[in-house]
Amino acid sequence: MSTSLSQRPPIVTHASLPMVPTMARLIDRVQETSNTFTCRLEFVDPEAAARFRFYPGQFNMVYLFGVGEAAISISSDPDDLSSIQHTIRHVGSVTFAVSRLEVGDVLGIRGPFGSNWPLEACRGRDVLLVAGGIGIAPLRPAIYQILKHREQYGRLILLYGVRSPKDMIYREEVEAWSKRRDFQVMCTVDYPDPQWIGPVGVVTSLMRRVRLDSARTSVLVCGPRVMNREAAHSFLSHHVPEEHIFVSLERNMRCGIGQCGHCQYGPKFVCKDGPVFSYDSVRTMFSKEEV
Amino acid sequence: MRRDGMFAVAKDQLDPLICELAHDGYTVIGPTIRDGAITYDEITSAAMLPRGWTQETDGGHYRLKRRTDDACFGFVVGPHSLKRYLFPSRLKLFSVTRDGQGGFSPDVEPPPAPKYAFVGVRSCDLAAVAVQDMVFNSEMPDPYYRQVREQMFVVAVNCAEPGGTCFCSSMDTGPRCSAGYDLAITELSTSFAMEVGSERGQAMLERVRHEEADANARHLVDLMMSTAAKHNMGRSLDTADLPEILMSNLEHRQWDQAGNRCLACANCTLVCPTCFCNNIYDRTDLSGDHADRYRNWGSCFALEFTYHTGGYIRSSRRARYRQWLTHKLASWHGQFGTSGCVGCGRCITWCPVGIDITVEATAIADDVRESLKRHGSGTKTEEADV
Amino acid sequence: MAAANKKNPKLAVYKFSSCDGCQLSLLDLEDELLDLLGAVNISYFLEARRHVEPGPYDIGLVEGSISTQDEAERIVEVRRECRHLITIGACATSGGIQALKNWADVEQFKRTVYAHPEFIETLDTASPIAAHVLVDFELRGCPVNKYQIVEVLTALIVGRRPQIPTYSVCVECKRAGYVCVLVSGGLPCLGPVTQAGCGALCPAYGRGCYSCFGPCDSANPRALCGHFEQHGTRRGDLVRMLRSFNGYLEPFKQTGDEYESSLNTKQDLGVRD
Repeated sequence: MSTSLSQRPPIVTHASLPMVPTMARLIDRVQETSNTFTCRLEFVDPEAAARFRFYPGQFNMVYLFGVGEAAISISSDPDDLSSIQHTIRHVGSVTFAVSRLEVGDVLGIRGPFGSNWPLEACRGRDVLLVAGGIGIAPLRPAIYQILKHREQYGRLILLYGVRSPKDMIYREEVEAWSKRRDFQVMCTVDYPDPQWIGPVGVVTSLMRRVRLDSARTSVLVCGPRVMNREAAHSFLSHHVPEEHIFVSLERNMRCGIGQCGHCQYGPKFVCKDGPVFSYDSVRTMFSKEEV
Repeated sequence: MRRDGMFAVAKDQLDPLICELAHDGYTVIGPTIRDGAITYDEITSAAMLPRGWTQETDGGHYRLKRRTDDACFGFVVGPHSLKRYLFPSRLKLFSVTRDGQGGFSPDVEPPPAPKYAFVGVRSCDLAAVAVQDMVFNSEMPDPYYRQVREQMFVVAVNCAEPGGTCFCSSMDTGPRCSAGYDLAITELSTSFAMEVGSERGQAMLERVRHEEADANARHLVDLMMSTAAKHNMGRSLDTADLPEILMSNLEHRQWDQAGNRCLACANCTLVCPTCFCNNIYDRTDLSGDHADRYRNWGSCFALEFTYHTGGYIRSSRRARYRQWLTHKLASWHGQFGTSGCVGCGRCITWCPVGIDITVEATAIADDVRESLKRHGSGTKTEEADV
Repeated sequence: MAAANKKNPKLAVYKFSSCDGCQLSLLDLEDELLDLLGAVNISYFLEARRHVEPGPYDIGLVEGSISTQDEAERIVEVRRECRHLITIGACATSGGIQALKNWADVEQFKRTVYAHPEFIETLDTASPIAAHVLVDFELRGCPVNKYQIVEVLTALIVGRRPQIPTYSVCVECKRAGYVCVLVSGGLPCLGPVTQAGCGALCPAYGRGCYSCFGPCDSANPRALCGHFEQHGTRRGDLVRMLRSFNGYLEPFKQTGDEYESSLNTKQDLGVRD
């Protein structure tokens, strides 16, 4: 299970004003694909930096002056707090404004918010990660942690699906991971280019290639809604227990603290009860439309 | 020392009470007639109360009416609730100014919060404040809400004559105030029976003329309250197993019918004393050097409220109505351990086309209960997770 | 001023078939006008100044509907010379009052109104700008809310989404704390199906909204009109209510047309013999 609210790292923000962001500086940016980039941020205030800790799977609210806020998962290593990394696809006005920042510019951070991948509960089990597109970003901190304590886990498998080869993010890292003997990495694309020699098709189609020991596997899924649904149902049909299927949901989080109501999902607030849910806790809403 | 029991206070003591509250620096908010309804507004004397007035309410219908007597509080809730004072419809959270070096600095001066005394608050509205406390005054308190909440004074009124759309007794929130007040009034024909709910209430009581109420007055109040609860509610709702029924019947045909009638105009959510959804946004000036961050009332009925990268989560009116009703009566339990509905009836009265939450929920519940009876358990319902 | 602000975006304001009221709203800004002049270069605005700077322009504000062949051709030129095209007001966004002719016999109108109808060149319909060219943003209202103009321009300059609500007038009305004129007064108010933006101006003065901002995003005029009908509003009156400023916009058009086709008697229509 993921941690309860009281066990989570403190939220770095002005103590009495939960909506006020803390300033952070852009120190580096790497273009991952044509519309996706990874930026490294550093708190301007060293005290804020010293306070900031997070668990894999948590997110920050990123504030751009005059534009607004967007919920963005943290994609760096929780043990490396010299900087925070966010991998961002520019789809809205906030993310677009972030893409226009120059190194040295300042933005605002509130966070970390939300639940985390249950790496404790995965100990001693096989871990299967399923990522679709930018969904690999919130999984990356979990991958770092598992690789660091590799002996504590069983098999480690990543199934990663992207639209086309040029849409793959963290390409060099994924390649490095795939060369490890203790990490099975499989990638698939919807639209191959002439150089692509790997599988073609949706990420769930890769499951045929995996020998699954259902009873001892924990599954961590993050991707678009349709992929999440397909993946969860497909693991259920492979008899992976519901409570060992974890899905990180994308939703319209606005406040991060369960006060604005936007991200409600039945009885859950995705911002504080999620974004990582075990399948059994959201089962009733999962296949319903417009919940 | 706080004194238990009940006190008799002459009706002419209401004006001194209001003056004493004002004297202590409270902005006194109370019921008064404005634009054809009994609203909450600032009052400076008891003369501003709608004395001798009442109202007629039904689905999508509200009319002021003269009473045959000159009761001070012979009416029920109007369109306003305490929500607009604790959780204002628009509030500046903070300002941000560019510092000229690529950065910006937030002005974190906490917003000043007025000191309110609310007069004439009904038990459903006190229950609603307790519900909103769980949102705005818990783990991560909203500073403005907390400040108003901590310094407010409440003179509550027990409802002897519930209105046409009232169903607080179904929601177990009234008609008698049980907590959350400093003073509580039950209006008798010639005097007020007053109960004390706090030290502050006690101190205020000492400043107006009062005496111990006799046993007759106590019995009369008990009788009035039990009669109001049992016989005078305009609406009712059977809440037994309702959360499970609603959450496991998200595809019930009644949602389609409600969606066809619903205007998605958001009135129900805005008059609701517990609805807390809000939007947070930046206002910038043309220079681009200054931004104000505001919070205003949102609504799950607004399409843009459900906007998420790549589209709208609830694009149909049916889905938005379903979200609202299931949130009020079912999923609120999962979020906060209580119902989100206090039975004040405002959503029924102020729905322009008179859609009735009790009728819609009952239509689904009765259908499901009926079919469970016919077919045994579990045949009709989908899975529930409340 | 123009020379001092070379980098400021160039603004052009155009007029088509309209009353000029929306352009006047822009001039009516008073407090914000100087800030606006500091943030944009007004390069083409015949209502305000004769001096014209040549295009292309960064932002074009368009008032008015397309009612003549000449206008239908000119709007294509306007679109070509503006990077962002924003339509302002009911005429530009729905066809406006002029669009009432879309349901009528224009030749008969001409003969009735003009002594020499042969000199009048007009299309059979008045249509919104977006029916002719791509429009980047629409501001509703008759007239527009001047603060919405400032908001759109500010958002464009800052690079964020404009805060222009598409929900109902009721949201603004309730936020302001007004008492609902429909529920407490029985007035046929179109607020529940009308897009916010005016600040619930009419309900603030105790009268019903007549939808000069047009339908809101999820408008359900059929349900609202059904309710009015049950409470005694004649079908003919419902048709006229829906077809005032924005009758040519869906779903007002469909509901209005349905009611019109269901009119049986002159009493329904509410016309005198």
